[in-house]
Amino acid sequence: MIDIGYDAAHLLGALVLMTSFALLYQRRLFSLLNVFTVQALALSGAAAWQAYAHDEPHLYITALLTLTLKAIAIPVALHRIIQRLHIERTVEPALGIGLTMVAGVSLVTLSILLVLPVTENATALTREDLALSLSVVLLGLLMMISRRNAVSQVVGFMSIENGLILAAVGVAGMPLVVEMSIAFSVMVAFIIFGIFLFQIRERFETLDMRKIESFRGESD
Amino acid sequence: MTPALPIVLIAPLVMAALLALVPNWRLASWLNVGACAVTFAASLALFTAKPAATAMLVLDAFNVALIALTAFVGLTTAVFSAGYIGHEVASGTLNPLRLRFYHAMFQAFLFTLLLALSANNLGVLWVAIEGATLTTVLMVSLYRTAASIEAAWKYFILCGVGIALALFGTILIYLAAQPVMGPGLAAMTWTRLLADAARIEPNILNLAFVFLLIGYGTKVGLAPLHAWLPDAHAEGPTPISAVLSGLLLNVALYAVLRFKMLLAANGAALAPGPLLMVMGLSSLLLAALMLYRRRDIKRFFAYSSIEHMGIIAFAFGIGGPLANFAGLLHMAMHSLAKSAIFFAVGHAVQASGTQRIDGIRGLTVSHPALGWGLLAGVVAIAGLPPFGVFMSEFLLITSTFARQPWLGVLLVLGIAVAFGALVLRVQRLCFGAPTGGAPIHGTLLPLYAHLAVVLVAGVWLPAPLVAWFQAVAALLG
Repeated sequence: MIDIGYDAAHLLGALVLMTSFALLYQRRLFSLLNVFTVQALALSGAAAWQAYAHDEPHLYITALLTLTLKAIAIPVALHRIIQRLHIERTVEPALGIGLTMVAGVSLVTLSILLVLPVTENATALTREDLALSLSVVLLGLLMMISRRNAVSQVVGFMSIENGLILAAVGVAGMPLVVEMSIAFSVMVAFIIFGIFLFQIRERFETLDMRKIESFRGESD
Repeated sequence: MTPALPIVLIAPLVMAALLALVPNWRLASWLNVGACAVTFAASLALFTAKPAATAMLVLDAFNVALIALTAFVGLTTAVFSAGYIGHEVASGTLNPLRLRFYHAMFQAFLFTLLLALSANNLGVLWVAIEGATLTTVLMVSLYRTAASIEAAWKYFILCGVGIALALFGTILIYLAAQPVMGPGLAAMTWTRLLADAARIEPNILNLAFVFLLIGYGTKVGLAPLHAWLPDAHAEGPTPISAVLSGLLLNVALYAVLRFKMLLAANGAALAPGPLLMVMGLSSLLLAALMLYRRRDIKRFFAYSSIEHMGIIAFAFGIGGPLANFAGLLHMAMHSLAKSAIFFAVGHAVQASGTQRIDGIRGLTVSHPALGWGLLAGVVAIAGLPPFGVFMSEFLLITSTFARQPWLGVLLVLGIAVAFGALVLRVQRLCFGAPTGGAPIHGTLLPLYAHLAVVLVAGVWLPAPLVAWFQAVAALLG
């Protein structure tokens, strides 16, 4: 029997995970943002599908928020910031790409081994969604560690957030998902636009965290 | 629900919006004090009221005293802050626009802390702690210096990841509770979860607790997740250092303890105690050793906060009535003593114009009231009698030796090493030829008010207070 609801949700979840891997090996900031946009689109689709399939209309709000903020507003704004501030368009990852991918695959294995045994009583969809989203969270962490550039760290942080929203959407009937996704978005928006990119630029003429980190409080 | 609890929450929220609109910083700083006074008065009224829990808010024996403590430290810090920013404006480091932002964020920060303490819902708790992170990140970067932006960035990255992991843990708790309690708000409500804890699937609960411990533990500053804490303390304005150490760390620990209660009530889940003990002891030992290498005075006391949060986490990890009692007492005493020290440090740094420990000498000669106050604060935090920290540490050490003698040795070792560093530094800070002679701004009242409470608690704890501490200690299991 073909269960279209299950298959579609699974496909969209897997797409989010795939884009997480794609984020790991991007060298150019613009293509990083493009891949992130695809991830946000896939997440928005997953949320909308869940809202439709399980008849939970509040998830449409989550889908719409993800679509407008993460697939449109934030990538556009980051594009502009990169152009206007003449930020270096290519980033050298701190770890080699081969090594990063191996680490990524092991993180996915880890999350599957971690989640599947403890959630035997939950439905198949919830279990797999949870394993997928934990993988996305861990890959986001890996990306934040392997890139020392402020823009890629923010993109890494937002992909962690995408993984969390995927998890929250996948668990049937979870309340407050909308409020939590709003709280997260507000935080990211404030941090990115209010403070850091402009201030860091103003002070350091660079967005490379390696250079910034030499300004240690106790370097003297 | 009694009117006092809404007032405690609404007063700071409304004032945050209002203070963003007040252009006169002097007026704003006193409005800030006024708002904190209202919040504190309302929080005292909570002790007499016994409101029933609602779906969003709860008031029980555990959080009511922490709410009052938070409101009290908020009030004294606001008084200290009024004098502190007077000096910052006079020396031209802060302009009126940034001060508007600062005062609004101060109230918003207190709101998020009070909301986190009174939340009956895991989602609300998470949103509140996330809000506290956001407001403090913005305040740490207030000076816009290279070092402060680096500190705020590090803080955002580490604690952002921390709260992300905590959210994953929260989702897992819901996943575990939902089959038992059905979908909807009930499966995210403390009081309902605690009542039905025994029926919840223990395996998911274990996994959830690991995420929550790492997530909220980052905000407690437990090793090895403490890297943000010294930078954030050193580079932000000193009133913010005082509330970070005095309040935020406690609130994050409160969140961890709530989940620990849930695991304890379940019975079949893993024992959270050993995890807390390991993290607590490693924080204590690491921070105690790191104290010797610090040259920046605010960084120095930030490491001391890590050390004390380690002691407190260890106390709750050991568990049992006596150690829990010691942990609760230590939470309150550390909060008061450490914020008092930061008040004194703020004045001392302004008087001498440097944060380097080498640059501050002979405070008891140049500013006797301040110098002796700082000395008393350091004596208190080092755990010497007659102050309250001595009592809580003494209780903890005796109960540890009775149950885990080897861990007791490590505990005493950590405390002794930290004690040595404190004595070494405070001698130079307080005695010898003075370096800075500039007059200090503002009143020393907050400093001495805190020290008085810590002193009284060390000499005589009123019987109702002891009874209350014992009741909560029993609640914690």
